[in-house]
Amino acid sequence: MSTDRLRYVYAVTRPFDGVLPEGAHGIDGEPPHLLRHGDLVAVTGAVPAGEFDEAPLRARLEDLDWLAATARAHDAVVAALSTVTCPLPLRLATVCRDDSGVRRLLEDGHDRFVRALARLDGRVEWGVKVYAEPGAAEEAEPAAPEPGASGRDYLRRRLNARRSREGDWQRADALSRRLHGELSRHAEAGTVHRPQDTRLSNAPGVNVLNAAYLVDRARSPEFVQLVEAVSEPGVRVELTGPWAPYSFAGIADEAPREAAR
Amino acid sequence: MTTPRPTGGLPPSPYASDGSSANLADILERVLDKGVVIAGDIKINLLDIELLTIKLRLVVASVDRAKEMGIDWWESDPALSSRARGSELARENAELQRRIAELEGRTA
Repeated sequence: MSTDRLRYVYAVTRPFDGVLPEGAHGIDGEPPHLLRHGDLVAVTGAVPAGEFDEAPLRARLEDLDWLAATARAHDAVVAALSTVTCPLPLRLATVCRDDSGVRRLLEDGHDRFVRALARLDGRVEWGVKVYAEPGAAEEAEPAAPEPGASGRDYLRRRLNARRSREGDWQRADALSRRLHGELSRHAEAGTVHRPQDTRLSNAPGVNVLNAAYLVDRARSPEFVQLVEAVSEPGVRVELTGPWAPYSFAGIADEAPREAAR
Repeated sequence: MTTPRPTGGLPPSPYASDGSSANLADILERVLDKGVVIAGDIKINLLDIELLTIKLRLVVASVDRAKEMGIDWWESDPALSSRARGSELARENAELQRRIAELEGRTA
């Protein structure tokens, strides 16, 4: 520990030709460093121990601005990598003391990394979210009874608004199930995440499906078309990606047999 | 930071082609919570429970921030806030009283 710099590891890949695109800056603002060990490459960057040693890191993780910037830098490196190879993304804040620590990491995890890389090769992740948008119904609901309208009219309007809101929920729910079934058939793997809190995502509507799918890069246009073809009133479908296969990085820990579908 | 999101030009990607525009929740969900977990040299092996607390705090933080920006619709939406429900009752009550007074004034 002769230095105050630690080694942050973004991802593990196979050795690849080509260079990372410009703009692939890591947390420290520098282009990431490739450390080859045997048949694997660790993509690393130097980070200050003052921020990334265990104790300071814990404190930093509570800081939304720091966390957001670090997460974006992490993803920027992983996304840049995925333009030239298929990276196996590591979780935020995977840190080693020095290069020999990184080598040890590659050595210890070798079989697991190789298995995961084999399964993820040529695949990307697509995120699909379904939102119920009760907003349409709420707009029809008057904030205050209009002068001249009878109380009965007012109550009827409120009831109708509530009914149509329930209809929105049901439609969103039915569409989510149908869509997930269909997309799963077109993907190599699919997984459903916890719905996102609107307060964090700032997305309008209520998130009822938050799923990720592992799709062959060459078959992605079809997949995208499937998602884009979906439409239903009061329901919004959102597609994000292509992402590096974050949600499937643990795939090598699953039974390798059923994976070979 | 421009993120080279379109992967090898295939497929054409109008989505999140700029990393900075990607939803923070999406990025955190992946980078914080997914990906390979490794116990490195330093024991920074983020456990799910810790992540959960961080996330909860994040939500709180983002709510505060939203309020600073004047976004507080959930406080006035009766479906989301019990306080708002109370104030809506008060408002309806006042409105009704106003109308009664108006009607009484008319019949008088």
